[in-house]
Amino acid sequence: MKHLLSTVDLSRADAIRILDIAEEMAAVGTREVKKLPALRGRTVVNLFFEDSTRTRISFEAAAKRLSADVINFSAKGSSVSKGESLKDTAQTLQAIGADAVVIRHGASGAPARLAATDWIDAPVVNAGDGTHEHPTQALLDAFTLRAHWSRVRGEASLGADLSGMKVAIVGDILHSRVARSNLWLLRTLGAEVTMVAPPTLLPHGSSAWPCTISYDLDATLATGVDAVMMLRVQGERMHDSFFPNTREYSRLWGFDDARLAALDAQPGTETIIMHPGPMNRGLEISSAAADSPRSTVLAQVANGVAVRMAVLYLLLSGDQQRPAGL
Amino acid sequence: MSTTNNAYLIRGARPLGTEASDILVQDGKIAALGADAATHAAAADATLIEAAGQIALPGMVDIHTHLREPGREDAETVETGTRAAALGGFTAVHAMANSNPVADTAGVVEQVWSLGRRSGWVDVRPVGAVTVGLSGEQMSEIGAMADSRAQVRVFSDDGICVFDPLIMRRALEYVKAFDGVVAQHAQEPRLTEGAQMNEGEVSAVLGLAGWPAVAEESIIARDVLLAEHVGSRLHVCHVSTAGSVEIIRWAKSRGVNVTAEVTPHHLLLTDELVKSYDPVYKVNPPLRAEADVMALRAGLADGTIDVIGTDHAPHPSEAKECEWAAAAMGMTGLETALSVVQHTMIETGLITWADFARITSSAPAAIGRVEDQGRELAVGEPANITLVDAEARWVVDPVAMATKGRNSPFKGLELPGKVTTVFFHGHPTVLGGELNTPRITEAA
Repeated sequence: MKHLLSTVDLSRADAIRILDIAEEMAAVGTREVKKLPALRGRTVVNLFFEDSTRTRISFEAAAKRLSADVINFSAKGSSVSKGESLKDTAQTLQAIGADAVVIRHGASGAPARLAATDWIDAPVVNAGDGTHEHPTQALLDAFTLRAHWSRVRGEASLGADLSGMKVAIVGDILHSRVARSNLWLLRTLGAEVTMVAPPTLLPHGSSAWPCTISYDLDATLATGVDAVMMLRVQGERMHDSFFPNTREYSRLWGFDDARLAALDAQPGTETIIMHPGPMNRGLEISSAAADSPRSTVLAQVANGVAVRMAVLYLLLSGDQQRPAGL
Repeated sequence: MSTTNNAYLIRGARPLGTEASDILVQDGKIAALGADAATHAAAADATLIEAAGQIALPGMVDIHTHLREPGREDAETVETGTRAAALGGFTAVHAMANSNPVADTAGVVEQVWSLGRRSGWVDVRPVGAVTVGLSGEQMSEIGAMADSRAQVRVFSDDGICVFDPLIMRRALEYVKAFDGVVAQHAQEPRLTEGAQMNEGEVSAVLGLAGWPAVAEESIIARDVLLAEHVGSRLHVCHVSTAGSVEIIRWAKSRGVNVTAEVTPHHLLLTDELVKSYDPVYKVNPPLRAEADVMALRAGLADGTIDVIGTDHAPHPSEAKECEWAAAAMGMTGLETALSVVQHTMIETGLITWADFARITSSAPAAIGRVEDQGRELAVGEPANITLVDAEARWVVDPVAMATKGRNSPFKGLELPGKVTTVFFHGHPTVLGGELNTPRITEAA
């Protein structure tokens, strides 16, 4: 694995390897000294063309826990509006001596361009590109799902996949890189995926995806899912006629109190409620649902650091040995 | 190369791929054919062109070229673009109107026309804008452009759709006074806001905003009905979808006076290539799916689609060395058109070289009303002749091309067919597969 650009071409073996190493990394996070010397002397650049404090600090924490030096390069706005091209930025980072580039970009495929061109040699980690993919988000979601699934089944999580698990992904699938990355990764790991959304927020061509498509959240929940992943919805979408207004959206596709109560009324269900954050409380998820014991929102954040440590470690160390200090 | 009597004897070439026949060219005309050529009085002093086995074709006419001048001389000039055209086997190109300033006045079209005359590689036929500044609002001076020295007959806002149905109706009606044609870039603007690639299974995975087939088809459907209603001539630029082919087939069956073009790249490439996110594959209309490619080939073979238009669209490298969304749309095409059409249409058995001559020469010349191009290879006709070594194979190298644009999507591909010789009104612009000299005419 030279880069991490997408989950669509991530093999099952590589995915499980990342998750397994992330489990060991997670253990580091519980120590008093949360630091490994693995990447000492290496430089990780967080190249963020879009604002994303959460993802950036997660990568920053991950790199620092591996003792890497971190440079945060915030290039807000598109390369075009900024005047400097992506090519020039990449070549600048190459000249500075970046050992890895973590890139968040508003244009789908920008990380793939960095990886495919000779602008920069360093490994590239896609930290979210346009409406394409967000592979580390999917990996941390898979990590969270695997931890839950192994707990429910009373089996070890190391080496395991998500076979037999049923996951519903709900909301603005059309504009979601999280949904795409999760679909491919969860399928690779053996889970069954149902995409739930208004038809306007499903991409044309998604009928070919390896998942079930549903317009009815209640019907999907009634079939019994092991996890429901709520996606952030931008209220402004109503101005482009994706849905009439936020109230109707919330009533039909939000995880509200009534749906939480219905889930709680299902006997023996251990369904978890996930959200990649930041949440629009009261729109796609109610506060009661977000704060319920079923919610894994904060666990996802914590797992994100461990997963990103594993990814940086694997890309930068290039060997299969465990990092010293584990 | 010089000649004492301005005569050339082409030996052994096969006109339209049929039996070998010598061709004697003298003073800009075809002076003799077959056995008469070698015995003609001028043959003795003529320059010999050995062309045994090569295909002789009428000089190709491109109905859709972007020469970029005036305004974007960094991307292409009339000089470099027409050099590329000559090397590609063309003897005439229609220069699209989306220059800067836009070719919406007699002054601009005459400038482009005279630059073409001065270059002397091919006939440059300027296309006039339908509306002022391509804004889609006010009709440009179509009559003045038609009556200018440039003799404009094709009007197009190419790059932008003439979306307003009333403006389109009026333009279709108005050009009738000048025997003109409106060449429509069919793209419903609201359905394609921010569009980056064909809308379908690939765009769903790549997360790139879709350019749906229906945005092209709905405009074509509207326009053929408008053309029928007002009894005008309509030309549809760069048809790219299976549905568009069906609509045009239906319109022709009703007797609507519509012609259509397809680009070489839409005959070969699909949106699967976009998975690389390499902007060299970014073009408008976008690369479509395999089923569309097959429907376009079938439509071209059965005459539903009349002509090849290259939509040659050179860009400076910085316009493509960036992320997909920031990249310019367009591909070069003049120097690969013949080979791609040979590869997709002739080697597949869909058409013959005689059909090739129709779709690349006589039909586009007829659409553009270019009187002395697209003619038969017959005695007395203007000597616009392209010789092709159909057996040759070559690997596309954009750096070696005459166009300034390096944005060829065929880079690295091995293709058949090499243009060896081009006669432009009796003057050899290309010899031995390389540029010779331009044809010098009286001061433009």
